[in-house]
Amino acid sequence: MSSPVLKLVAQRIALGILLLLAVSVLIFAGTQILPGDVAQAILGQSATPESLANLREQLGLNQPAYIRYFHWLGGVLTGDLGTAMSSGQDIATSIKERLWNTLFLAFWAAIVAIPLAIILGLIAVRYRNGWVDKLISGLALASTSFPEFFIGYVLVYFFAVQYQWFPAISTVYDGMPFGERMQAIALPAAALTLVVLAHMMRMTRAAILNVMQSAYVETAELKGLSAFSVIRKHAFPNAIAPVINVVMLNLAYLIVGVVVVEVIFVYPGMGQYLVDHVTKRDVPVVQAVGLIFAAVYISLNIIADIAAIVANPRLRHPK
Amino acid sequence: MLDIRRIPIAALIGLVLTALFVLAAVFAPWIAPHGNAEIVSDTPWEPMSALHWLGTDNLGRDLLSRMIYGARITLFIAVLATALSFSLGAILGFSAAVFGGWFDTGLSRLVDLLMSIPTLIMALVVLSVLPSNLVTLILVMGVLDSTRVYRLSRAVAVDINVMDYVEAAKLRGEGSGWIIFREILPNALSPLISELGLRFIYAVLFLSTLSFLGLGVQPPDADWGGMVKENKDGIVFGIGAALIPAAAIAALAISVNLVADWILNRTTSLKGGRG
Repeated sequence: MSSPVLKLVAQRIALGILLLLAVSVLIFAGTQILPGDVAQAILGQSATPESLANLREQLGLNQPAYIRYFHWLGGVLTGDLGTAMSSGQDIATSIKERLWNTLFLAFWAAIVAIPLAIILGLIAVRYRNGWVDKLISGLALASTSFPEFFIGYVLVYFFAVQYQWFPAISTVYDGMPFGERMQAIALPAAALTLVVLAHMMRMTRAAILNVMQSAYVETAELKGLSAFSVIRKHAFPNAIAPVINVVMLNLAYLIVGVVVVEVIFVYPGMGQYLVDHVTKRDVPVVQAVGLIFAAVYISLNIIADIAAIVANPRLRHPK
Repeated sequence: MLDIRRIPIAALIGLVLTALFVLAAVFAPWIAPHGNAEIVSDTPWEPMSALHWLGTDNLGRDLLSRMIYGARITLFIAVLATALSFSLGAILGFSAAVFGGWFDTGLSRLVDLLMSIPTLIMALVVLSVLPSNLVTLILVMGVLDSTRVYRLSRAVAVDINVMDYVEAAKLRGEGSGWIIFREILPNALSPLISELGLRFIYAVLFLSTLSFLGLGVQPPDADWGGMVKENKDGIVFGIGAALIPAAAIAALAISVNLVADWILNRTTSLKGGRG
């Protein structure tokens, strides 16, 4: 690797860190937009003045917002996410295991979804405008209109209730054997896969089709190469950059899917944790988890950028 | 002008289904056999029968009636949120293109920032402190979604803003209001209208997701997403009541998609691909 690549990569990372800081301001500001008093909103109208004063003290509401922000940011940077108001537990400790659970689930969904989407995309391009292509595209279009819980509950209805192959509720615990754990996450991982598969496949198909219309592909076809080797040897290497981009964008989309899917399957991950504490109006937890989700989302986007720079030499020399 | 036989079959199906949903929503109190909160049975989740076409729900309320009232709530909120996101996004996007300068830069960076967080996550963060009522819900959905409309309308308006007729209007001394609403808006309509369908679908799905998570419409009222939440416990016992509202959301989204696709194709062929 030459130094211009390193410089570009360093620039992207620096930009990402800047963006992350701005996002932390936004998330903090998002929990301050209530015109009244947060303590009042949390405790309701019937709160006594003492409990209100206590909660204000606990939340540090007696200080101006920007001081609270820097206090919070300082804590986050040193790994101290504060304590949950509803349970009094340390947020960082509760998050650790849940983050691992969520990453485990998302990892297996991605492992299945990425190759499947690329293969289906390739097949659709190979038989483009034929019935296979139309069927795949039609199903993909339909499934982008499905809400996540529709896919999830249909899976539960058939595979957990009618056939009883997998559990309907994904209980996982520490020290669970790998095989059992995989069986527990089979249905949520399948639901997540289906949620991202359609998008990923459609965008892969579009990216490869775009390359297929270039002159060198026509040359390869005129040389008499078979359709699959044209795709494999000539089209695919040039389509890698856009395809990586597509894959990363959709992995970012997994983040939204994971929130709903975890609630459907009562899976002890970050999404479930976030939704629970939004309902309880537990602001410190919501801020911390929201920031982590945003950080993962932004990192995936930066990785997509960097992968595109590495895979496509033309991007290394911006005009 | 519009020959019904020339509408493609997919678009026709989409139009008919969408019309059915809208009719059900508008005339809900006259169509529904029972009231929205009326308990008609002592046992929850009665199976489908001639008396209760879709069976009953978790509290023994008539599911068909709930579905029809649910259509009303779902469509009402989704339409208002889409209207808000469109007017806000389009007006700000056009203004950014016309005024340019720091107004454009500031607004565009703010939109970039908002779009760098997944919409659902941002909505959850904000909803954790806001009171849960319909107005908040519509405002949050509309404002967060207007970022997408802003990007599109700004991009379209930047192109139109350099046209000769806009130049002419500026030279004859028209104000910014005239430029935005009388020059740019009519010429930006066709790309915006096809986007309208997609934004509406997104609003329906987003609202359903929020309600499913328990953060959208609050009981006893329920949109379709909320009805999935109410009936989801039955699934483990093999009762598919929760699948019906979920399927209705999917059906609505697909039919609007089909119509939007058709409109997009029609308008692009009319404008010679400029769309």
